[in-house]
Amino acid sequence: MYPELGQFSLILALLLAILLATVPLVGAISGRDHLQAFARPLASGLFVFVAIAFGLLTQAFVTDDFSVAYVANNSNSLLPWYYKFSAVWGGHEGSLLLWILMLAGWTLAVAVFSRRLPSVMIAQVLAVMGMVTVGFLLFILITSNPFERLLPNVPADGADLNPLLQDFGLIVHPPMLYMGYVGFSVAFAFAIAALINGRLDAAWARWSRPWTTVAWSFLTVGIALGSWWAYYELGWGGWWFWDPVENASLLPWLAGTALVHSLAVTEKRGVFKSWTVLLAIVTFALSLLGTFLVRSGVLTSVHAFASDPTRGAFLLGLLAITIVSSLTLYAFRAPVVHTRTRYGSLSREIFLLLNNVLLVAATLLVLVGTLYPLVLDYLGAGRLSIGEPFYNLTFSPLAIAVGLMLGAGIFSRWKRTDGGWLGRRLLWPAAFSLVLSCAGLLVYGGFTPWAFAGLLAAAWVTVTTLLDLWDKSGSRHGRWHGLKRQSRSYYGMVLGHLGVAMTMAGATVVSNYGVERDVRMSPGDSAEIGNLQVTFSELGQRQGANFVAQYGRFDISRDGRLIATLYPEKRQYHVQRNVMTEAGIDAGLTRDIFVALGERVGDDAWAVRIQYKPLIRWLWLGALFMAGGGALAIADRRYRIKVRSEQPATGDSRSRGQDEGVAEAL
Amino acid sequence: MMRRVLLFIPVVLAVALGIVLFAGIGKDPTHLESALIGKPVPVFELADLQDPDTIHRDDIFVGEVSLLNVWGTWCPACRDEHDDLVWLARDEGVRIVGLNYKDNRDLALEWLDSLGNPYALSLYDPQGRLGFDLGVYGAPETYVIDAEGVVRFRHVGVVTPQVWQQTLQPLVERYGKGG
Repeated sequence: MYPELGQFSLILALLLAILLATVPLVGAISGRDHLQAFARPLASGLFVFVAIAFGLLTQAFVTDDFSVAYVANNSNSLLPWYYKFSAVWGGHEGSLLLWILMLAGWTLAVAVFSRRLPSVMIAQVLAVMGMVTVGFLLFILITSNPFERLLPNVPADGADLNPLLQDFGLIVHPPMLYMGYVGFSVAFAFAIAALINGRLDAAWARWSRPWTTVAWSFLTVGIALGSWWAYYELGWGGWWFWDPVENASLLPWLAGTALVHSLAVTEKRGVFKSWTVLLAIVTFALSLLGTFLVRSGVLTSVHAFASDPTRGAFLLGLLAITIVSSLTLYAFRAPVVHTRTRYGSLSREIFLLLNNVLLVAATLLVLVGTLYPLVLDYLGAGRLSIGEPFYNLTFSPLAIAVGLMLGAGIFSRWKRTDGGWLGRRLLWPAAFSLVLSCAGLLVYGGFTPWAFAGLLAAAWVTVTTLLDLWDKSGSRHGRWHGLKRQSRSYYGMVLGHLGVAMTMAGATVVSNYGVERDVRMSPGDSAEIGNLQVTFSELGQRQGANFVAQYGRFDISRDGRLIATLYPEKRQYHVQRNVMTEAGIDAGLTRDIFVALGERVGDDAWAVRIQYKPLIRWLWLGALFMAGGGALAIADRRYRIKVRSEQPATGDSRSRGQDEGVAEAL
Repeated sequence: MMRRVLLFIPVVLAVALGIVLFAGIGKDPTHLESALIGKPVPVFELADLQDPDTIHRDDIFVGEVSLLNVWGTWCPACRDEHDDLVWLARDEGVRIVGLNYKDNRDLALEWLDSLGNPYALSLYDPQGRLGFDLGVYGAPETYVIDAEGVVRFRHVGVVTPQVWQQTLQPLVERYGKGG
């Protein structure tokens, strides 16, 4: 009965979403306050019913209810309990439900945390989010019902979760990623509401900004988690494969990064409005496109869910309605006249515009690379895929250019910057970065143009960011006082930019100086990689909850001193009979040592892949820094003070509580 | 007025993209052609399935046209095509090289014992390494490889007598004569 209740609550949620999409909007257009006031309660009700449905699906997993087709296909009684939770989003239907849950969650968050917004605005924003929710609820109810039963022939046991997904990565990666994707719906809803009102002003940008930053931070973490997961779980030791679905997550991230910066200009200077609102629409459209690409089966990828033309067609219809209607609205309503604000050719506005141009160019590049095979196929020119070389050749220069622009842009001023002054200002940082990057080349030994350019860009971003912090924190009352005086959003920017530099440095060093060797080894054999000695000391077997594993013991030593012992495994899962490789990784801030057991090539000999990955952790650490920067930025006082002025202060300690402040700011 | 027209560019682009995407729906993405068509089989070194001490290299394809069949005991569709492969090898005299893909040796040997062995030679690739280089993303897949070891065709999915007669046989004959 519970699964039917789940489906029933989805239907109720759909009805509430339809009301949310219409009633407040009618209220906003006709100016009836009492209709607008429906927005918040409807948003709460919507969330409650979606949450009930999600809870009931989880319950079906936890209680091994294999009469539910989705559970039978994605779980098994032997599955460890924590994977039974994450298996809820291990397949198409459940992950779609998670998507909707997040959408309802964001809608609720907007309803709760936007009390100081004019009620017309909030009614419109929530109505737009309601429309998106209607679309997705229809999609899940019509094409992908997670509560469908296998009656009366209930299978005795489930087909098990794909072993690739039986990992900590599945627990955290999709929720983070979806939080990001779906979070951009808020920026989208604000943009649409502003277009309807014709109120594309600084206030609109200011309201959109924290929401966009939060969504962007989640997406950053989600992508980094995905990269980390692929690195240790797929057993290839790579961290980015330019797989169509990876690209699908990178697209909204790149557009979102541009959006975050362009919102800043619109808020501070009131310019680029049409551009910003277009970016807000495009960013969410790219999130939807990603969802479509993964679930429609038009592209092949390790991530793709089972393809089903009905779902693809439905989703494309949804995508088409959302994007075409919003872009049409944009075409008619976006302001065309240039605002009167003047800015010189070397102002901060221009630097941020260039940043946007580069990021959008990168977005288009990845979009073209991902969709080019589809377009060719449509034109009848045959099928092909575009691989790493294309992206490495085209994406890297753009990334480096973004870095160089960033460093120079930090010192620029709004409105007008004196060129000579800026040049003199940048002279020393440039020299220092040059020295730093050459030092890096010496440490890792070996010059390649790409390694040099990448390190230079990373050093440049770091040096200029820190120098700017040093300049700004100068104070008569001492350095500490000066540092304390800086706003949280400024520190957010510093942290975010340092994160960019870290990721750049990590990507450059690991791509250029990583060492990879495939060797044939029997227990007792040793291999050399760089200055490391790897000894295959023994082979053993162990029993896992739902698999048997063969593992090797590898002792890693440098100059005769043992520095790590690794146990890579080959696992054979009982139900699906897949063999999975679990790499043995010795992780470190400066390098990873990665050993994976390959196939058995003789009675006791194995193919072993040994890799030395310098600075690979910096890639993901940098992403965490960026996300941390986003979190700091929205904790800024200027978002909080407004709130406090409206709410009765309940004591000093409370108003200083950071977390509450952040929450209220949202 | 001109500027307003410019604002319509995004929606026009989106519609164009939508048409392309719509055309992509329902087309089987598994008809993706291999990037390797016209190129030699990737370099590999894999153990024999029956005899772990024998190592095969990419030169096994030189001298005769072969089919390279990717299979695994975990793949139900491979079970479906197996009888046809046996028939192909026995009655049509086709040289089929098996690539046992991401599988377990004991299970694979048991399978060949009970269902018959159509393969002139079996490669054991539990790691999926050659499969990765070939761009395999599922089983079964069957490649036509000419007598110089150049990949000529990729068929994704089950080989049925029909697929053989209409698609594979003409290719095998063509490259058989040429080589």
